Amino acid sequence: MTATTHPPVLSEAGRTTERHWRELAARRRLYTIGGIAFLVVAMAGSLWFANESNAGKFFDRLPYFFDFVGQMVPRDGLEVWRALFDLPSPYDDGSLKYNYVEGRVYVSETLYVPEYFYKMAETINIAVVSTLIGFALGFVLCFLAAANLTTRRWLRFFVRRFMEVLRAFPEIVIAGFFLAILSLGAVPAIIAVSIHTVGALGKLFFEVVENADMGPEEGLRAAGASWVERVWFGIVPQVLPNFLSYTLLRLEINVRASTIIGAVGGGGIGEALRLSISQTHEAKTLAMILLLFCTIVAVDQLSASLRRKLVGDQAFEFARGG
Amino acid sequence: MPTTLDPAALDDLAARHEAVFRAAAVRRRTGLLIAAATAGYLVFAWWFFSIGAVLSNGNWGIAGPYLADWISYEVRPDVEFEDGHLAVTYPRFSPLGPAPDPDWVETETALVEIPVAPAEGAVEVSPDAAEDGFLGPDGRAGAAQQGFLGPVEGGGSDAGEGFLGPDEGTTAPAAPQAERPAAPRSREREVVMRATVHLGGAARVAVEPGLVRVTRGGETVVFDIVRDESVTARGPLPAWIEQAAPGRKAVARFGFAGRAEIEDDEVKLRRRFLGWENFFFDTTSPFWGRPAGEVARLVLFGEPLEAGMSNAALAWQDFVTNAEWQHGDVWLKLLQTIVMAFAGTVLATLLAFPLSFLAARNVTPNRLVNQVLKRFFDFLRSVDMLIWALFFTRAFGPGPLAGISAIFFTDTGTFGKLYSEALENVDDRQREGIRSVGAAPVLVQRFGVMPQVLPVFVSQSLYFWESNTRSATIIGAVGAGGIGLKLWEAMRTNADWENVAYMVLLILAVVFLFDNISNMLRRRLIGGTPSAA
Repeated sequence: MTATTHPPVLSEAGRTTERHWRELAARRRLYTIGGIAFLVVAMAGSLWFANESNAGKFFDRLPYFFDFVGQMVPRDGLEVWRALFDLPSPYDDGSLKYNYVEGRVYVSETLYVPEYFYKMAETINIAVVSTLIGFALGFVLCFLAAANLTTRRWLRFFVRRFMEVLRAFPEIVIAGFFLAILSLGAVPAIIAVSIHTVGALGKLFFEVVENADMGPEEGLRAAGASWVERVWFGIVPQVLPNFLSYTLLRLEINVRASTIIGAVGGGGIGEALRLSISQTHEAKTLAMILLLFCTIVAVDQLSASLRRKLVGDQAFEFARGG
Repeated sequence: MPTTLDPAALDDLAARHEAVFRAAAVRRRTGLLIAAATAGYLVFAWWFFSIGAVLSNGNWGIAGPYLADWISYEVRPDVEFEDGHLAVTYPRFSPLGPAPDPDWVETETALVEIPVAPAEGAVEVSPDAAEDGFLGPDGRAGAAQQGFLGPVEGGGSDAGEGFLGPDEGTTAPAAPQAERPAAPRSREREVVMRATVHLGGAARVAVEPGLVRVTRGGETVVFDIVRDESVTARGPLPAWIEQAAPGRKAVARFGFAGRAEIEDDEVKLRRRFLGWENFFFDTTSPFWGRPAGEVARLVLFGEPLEAGMSNAALAWQDFVTNAEWQHGDVWLKLLQTIVMAFAGTVLATLLAFPLSFLAARNVTPNRLVNQVLKRFFDFLRSVDMLIWALFFTRAFGPGPLAGISAIFFTDTGTFGKLYSEALENVDDRQREGIRSVGAAPVLVQRFGVMPQVLPVFVSQSLYFWESNTRSATIIGAVGAGGIGLKLWEAMRTNADWENVAYMVLLILAVVFLFDNISNMLRRRLIGGTPSAA
């Protein structure tokens, strides 16, 4: 690039251009080097601080880490399947560690749902219910926040700030608050995840609405339609595929979120997993990780295929919605 | 001009354009079906989680006080009925400090003769000390309580544990517990005969031995108290007073201002004040209770309050180690969370960067390597951040290392996927141009691909940096440390909601700040379209 093989013969103007270019390149290099140096210093400081303030130092803990990985290996390969399907284990010694049968959830006398499948279903249902609630409320709010539909500035401002607060408020605090009132269980998790979903979906939705084609809305306005009719018949049909696509994306995130909230007392598979890891029940832990992994992959795939059907490849543009 | 169609014309129209009308009907039916299915599912969910039962069993009564605790605090004086007189006491760690004497609690005192049994093993002290009002062994009177908790404020911070100097603010003398006097058989003592607690506006509770007058908004209810036996109201109770059964405890509510529980041996009062109590200095600090101007004057020009330490340093130390708010610890934990997100994101970016080149099929024309890496990314991403967090917490112990590792693992997967997709979508012309002048493969990537993808890469990493700050809070609560864990611990006590509010505000401020920094940097990098990729 800069390595030219023959000496340039430049005019006065050419030399000015050349000098400018060199100046620009030098400044750019300076910024790059400065940025990288800053990053290196910040990174070194961060890692040092993280190591200092951790309960165990990285290099001290490393052997334990490998020990722990070693402990995670089950006694035999079939244990994981026994734990997953609540089959009796030959190692059962009366303790919880190998007593898989105890967790069975009986539907009838003989038919049972394995414990972890039941808990996984609980987690998925938490995610689905919260996504539905989030969709419903986000759907209502987004039209009030869109500049092309709501002309009252104060209302738009208020609705937008409201959704921002819902989105940014740590889920864990909402969950903790409702856990204190409603005691342990899935309902606090549903409330926490729903509140966050309303904010996150509402924001994505109103951006979609603001990009909608206003032609149909104008037509309806000319025919004397009310605000609700204009929104319902003019805007909703255009934006619904995008709304559904974002909702499905949110569902993927909510399955993960409800697992995490579960781990702090919201019920479902998260709680079981946390207990099992802390008690070193390796077969149970692996069974749950396997189940969770398969579920997340399945939900992601299902949602991806549905989204591709709904809105085509634009669904896969980079968006996470926070 | 409105057009009206007669039924025959309508039928005719429907018959001619059958397909149009049928399609609409099908669509309408599908819509109804979806709505019905959703409603059915919600009913199922209601049953599955027994939402109705959970909601009705919920302890909704405490929701109000918990929420109020976010932004306010309570002072809790108790007025106890003694033999013929009263005693006003405060809990050990009252927000008003060790010797509370608020002006909204009015007391009328009288000198009474009190017979006192000599205490066992008491140390002899001079009689005039006793006459000064040293406490008898039964130190249940208000004055006694004040004495036991002896104020530290006046005496400076070198007032030791055992000896608590007298306070300028109260007339109640203090007694060192170790030097309990052998009290005379009977002595005169100043006791509280009547206590009036004002709860804002006209609301007040006036307590006399055997009698409680509760006033709220022009209504006054008088209770007769038979000590250790009964609480009886004269006349009917208004809606704001509850009594489970005649003679039992009565609870008077004053809305946000507080409440009073009238029992047969004491009246428990709660008065709520807006704000965060002792936010800067706790009650053990010499700066406690002083107005801001005086603190500033002390810090800038005052004589050192403690030998060998400037007032500024002392003030800073007292502020950071404030026992109630734990500013230093909270900030340290917040920094841990920030570090978790930052280091995790940077490490993930650094690892995903080279791997994504290997995973992109147009850069590395090796199907096997592409597929193996892509499935590896999927694995890292799909084993949830929670699992990684629990796993590394177990391995490294609670702390930022676990958080960093969890974010690092999850985001290596996410970045690897996003980066390799970005690489697969690059414009080939630039690469061909570089290749056509005979550049080595590495240089082709450096000058043909990097300029196209680098802004996208950095933009995605920045986006996730902000989002990871939020995630780091949550995984902190499951054990990875940082502000999440601190927040969780504060919530579990159910008494420190104001600390929760403080931490939430800090988190919101940090997320807001990072959101703006990340948006600004991204706008500069990719010019205008913040969500482009």
